[in-house]
Amino acid sequence: MDELLNILSELHPDVDFEEEDMLVDDGIIDSFDIVTIVSEIQERMDVVIGAKYITPENFNSAEAIYDLIEQIREEEA
Amino acid sequence: MYFTSYEFIGFMAVTLVLYYLIPKRAQWMLLLTASAVFYALNGVTALFWTVGTGLTVHFSALLLDKLIKDGKAALKENEALTKEEKAGIRRKYANRRNLTIVLCLTVNIGALAFVKVSGLFAVLGISYYTLRAIGYLMDVNRGTVKAERNFFRFMLYLTFFPVVIQGPLTDYGKLTETLYGEHRFSWENIGRGLLRVLWGFFKKLVLADRVFVAVSAIVENESSFRGPWVLAGMALYTLELYADFTGGIDITIGISEMLGIRVQENFDRPFFSPSVKEYWRHWHISMAAWFRTYLFYPISVCPPMKKLLKFTRKHFGEKAGKRIPVYISSAIVWFATGLWHGPAANYITWAMLHFAILMISEELEPLYEAFHKKCAWASSKPYRVFMSLRTLFIVSALMQFDIFTSVPLYFKRFASVFTPGTAVFADLGLNPYDWVILMVGTLMMFAVSLLKGDGSLSEKLWQKPYICRTVAFAGLFLAVILFGMYGPGYDAGQFIYTRF
Repeated sequence: MDELLNILSELHPDVDFEEEDMLVDDGIIDSFDIVTIVSEIQERMDVVIGAKYITPENFNSAEAIYDLIEQIREEEA
Repeated sequence: MYFTSYEFIGFMAVTLVLYYLIPKRAQWMLLLTASAVFYALNGVTALFWTVGTGLTVHFSALLLDKLIKDGKAALKENEALTKEEKAGIRRKYANRRNLTIVLCLTVNIGALAFVKVSGLFAVLGISYYTLRAIGYLMDVNRGTVKAERNFFRFMLYLTFFPVVIQGPLTDYGKLTETLYGEHRFSWENIGRGLLRVLWGFFKKLVLADRVFVAVSAIVENESSFRGPWVLAGMALYTLELYADFTGGIDITIGISEMLGIRVQENFDRPFFSPSVKEYWRHWHISMAAWFRTYLFYPISVCPPMKKLLKFTRKHFGEKAGKRIPVYISSAIVWFATGLWHGPAANYITWAMLHFAILMISEELEPLYEAFHKKCAWASSKPYRVFMSLRTLFIVSALMQFDIFTSVPLYFKRFASVFTPGTAVFADLGLNPYDWVILMVGTLMMFAVSLLKGDGSLSEKLWQKPYICRTVAFAGLFLAVILFGMYGPGYDAGQFIYTRF
């Protein structure tokens, strides 16, 4: 989770990612950001997030993104 | 049969009455029949194309469902598989699914391209239902939804008449939450839906079709309407497109509401947006979402793009390197967006200019942030209004590509802004009475946007005393009857966005 929070904070240092839960709906992160996040997660956390998982629900909060990462890890195991 | 025609009103009345009289489990079948009738009345031969898409997508989706099930079963069957063996099985089934998708897409996008490029056939809504069908297919492949087993139910999704002519590009999962259900008669649904339809009629018949006269005058006598008229043309066409498109969608959503079916919003106060990026989250929302979901994200995370990312990170450094593949993906998607509007230079230029603006804004982001941090007045209301006006100016200027299809002519017109134009006001073809109606109508649309806020205006209205609704109904109804552009001497105007 810490690694994920690092990735997010590097993109938007001003945002409190531990609290925000409307990241996509409120336009705090945009589609460019999401692509960057996905590639960072692959690079640093070794988890490949396929396009089908990129939905507003899965990216609306740091917790949602983390749950997605865990879900993919389980599916690959 | 246009939405804003006597025939359609008659058609809707009959459909509504039957809908609430017949057994509820037959309602979807009535809707399918109504959609088929509506579609056939717009050209029977077009049905060939629509049913073709319906059949190919329907059976492809069923096949995908089967392959997904078989793939899962193959993995479960053998508990003692290694990670590599499991990946191999997944790959095998993924390849089969991808082949199915590629074949289905080739046929349907090929059909779309052929129809649009050849111009030999008029197929109502082909650009819309094709994308909606593709979205459904991709959602089935992703396991987001299960394939619809009944071909006729799927055909209803594809040809649902309120949505078929100009969208929204519905999400299959969301629309089918209410599309096939059993709907009880509700005065509130009928009332709120009808009010929405009336509002759409008002925008279309009173405002869009009226300002169309002036816009036509400008386009037809383009050379005399240069200089400052270029800006006037911008304002007028933007007004026309906004009233026309959002009015049409209001009718779509309103009719659906009367049927107890929820259709997603396609516009949300787009001209209040402080930036072009924000604008695309509030204008033609379903189109932006479709291209993002089914084109932008898949392209930007696909293996070749990831390889490119490695390359650009290595050769252009971390910061720039990360952005290049994203911009390339975005450029491809915008090109496709332009192409979807039409295989012509003006639409593609329009799209690529939007892309360029978004890319430049993205690059200037650090500067904007620093500016907003330094200058407190940049967060003030007047400055926010300025930002909205600036955005409106930019998107209006680009909208002109819709009506000036020659790219050189488009730029020539803007270059002439500071030279005098020869036309006079009366040449626009409207009388003072018309201009008053347009101004009042524009103020009404602005007021509605302000009042509705983030929620639904009809919901707020229904909570007020009954007299408020009555006044709204009566007012709009009278306005449409008295000021609508219809009757002898007028050519019924089809919605602008149905030609895509």
